[in-house]
Amino acid sequence: MSVGTTVAAPPRQERMMSLRVRDRILSIASPIGLLLVWEVAARTGLIDTRFFPAPSSVLALLIEMLKSGELLVHTAASLRRLAWGILIGGAPALVLGIVMGLNRTIRALVDPIMAATYPIPKSSILPLALLVFGLGESSKIFMVAIGVFFPVAINATTGVLEINKIYLDVGRNYKADRWSMFWTIALPGALPVIMTGFKLGIGIGLILIAIAEMIGAKSGLGFLIWSAWETFAVEQMYVGLFMIALIGFVLTVVLNELERYIIPWKAS
Amino acid sequence: MSIGAVNLRPAENVSAAARPAIRIRDLTKSFGGLTAIDCVSLDIAPGEFFMIVGPSGCGKTTLLRILAGLETATSGTIAIDVPAGSQKPDNSMVFQGDSIFPWMTVRQNAGYGLRMRKLPAKTIREVVGHYLDRTGLTRFADYYPHQLSGGMRQRVAIARAFANDPHILLMDEPFSALDAQNKLLLQEELLHIWDENKKTVVFITHSVDEAVLLGDRVMVMTAQPGRLKQFVPIGLNRPRNIMELQGAPEYGELVHRIWTSLRDEVQRARELEDNIEAKK
Repeated sequence: MSVGTTVAAPPRQERMMSLRVRDRILSIASPIGLLLVWEVAARTGLIDTRFFPAPSSVLALLIEMLKSGELLVHTAASLRRLAWGILIGGAPALVLGIVMGLNRTIRALVDPIMAATYPIPKSSILPLALLVFGLGESSKIFMVAIGVFFPVAINATTGVLEINKIYLDVGRNYKADRWSMFWTIALPGALPVIMTGFKLGIGIGLILIAIAEMIGAKSGLGFLIWSAWETFAVEQMYVGLFMIALIGFVLTVVLNELERYIIPWKAS
Repeated sequence: MSIGAVNLRPAENVSAAARPAIRIRDLTKSFGGLTAIDCVSLDIAPGEFFMIVGPSGCGKTTLLRILAGLETATSGTIAIDVPAGSQKPDNSMVFQGDSIFPWMTVRQNAGYGLRMRKLPAKTIREVVGHYLDRTGLTRFADYYPHQLSGGMRQRVAIARAFANDPHILLMDEPFSALDAQNKLLLQEELLHIWDENKKTVVFITHSVDEAVLLGDRVMVMTAQPGRLKQFVPIGLNRPRNIMELQGAPEYGELVHRIWTSLRDEVQRARELEDNIEAKK
């Protein structure tokens, strides 16, 4: 680079801004570009539309299913199970995780059980869940709950253990009782790490709900995808996949917003 | 007055006039085979601004943590004189380094002790308001710590301790992480606030200047194991003006006297450290 151009270089702030705008444009352009290539390839017969139908035909079906209300029913069923699972798995995991972080004895008692059960692939528990909870709602909710439970519990423990010891000293010096130690120090101190646990857990929950709904379900996006395979309705399969991806994306955005709201002290 | 497992005992059979605010007898603390504090005995008078200086590793922080109820002594006793029926906490500590909660605003941080004591919201608001004003933090009451400078964060820690209205204030090198200008400002502010009601203060520092500028009496501790080496009374008038004081001949003499006493210990502490390094 010549010496002359450095004089004309824009100030740092401005350059950062223009880079950010460029990144934004690129991040929108790349998926649209991919869809365009796909569309063209499908129309020109470059790819087999029996397996990879054109995006436009998938979109047409999606709109049709939206109008008939069918898509909404399945999406709502999956979301409802997901929500219950997050609540039923997340709440006890949160409490157990924080208590494990605060109490050495409980940590020593529970840690080996967690370590032994955590590596089991959660999807492999599905037959057991069906056996115990039957084909109804509870087996699906259980699968989500188990997927959410581990990352939340493990992150809550880690979060509490990573709290700077000085804050616990302050709590003791200022005579915080157990209850206050939990609410004013352990929970807020661990919250950023706990949020990461929830994000991970909800991601796993989404995977598990799709799998759980493929077996013995009468509704849900997993059911939609599975029945599409059974009837060879490939476009319908893509509609289901698209909706699951959309839920995942929206949940990520919502969780990031929520994080900004409940952890206002986190330096941005 | 006793706090949990800490061996605080009521000061017994001492006439009211001579009753020390803090009475320490034969205090010893060991960690495994290592003696951190060795048989320290001392009395601190009510309203005294008591300074402890010593080389690093002399157990001064440990001594303060025992006073704060955060550590238990291996043997010996500590008694903090608390009048019967007093509702005030016996001590509040200003910690070394960042100790205010990042998840609370300045106001919430300053009122933490009062909230833990379950005082009415109105009282908390008034007391906190007063000390935020005294520490120049009123404008920043609703800020979070990450929005403040290091000096301001330490002001919040000081406001938190004063607002809690304890019988004794414990300060563990509260200004050691600050730059020189901020340190000077905060020292002056601390003296101003302290002048309001002259609480008993136990203040640890590694700075001889600070010890002379702030204290009524300075205790010099030996290198590990920490023993009492010498008391140096600081007979400087109050209220003090730090800037003026630094030019006064008495000030220079006192600094020199304490520094002479301390120098051997710092040397010895260094040798101890070198030995440990060599053994590694």
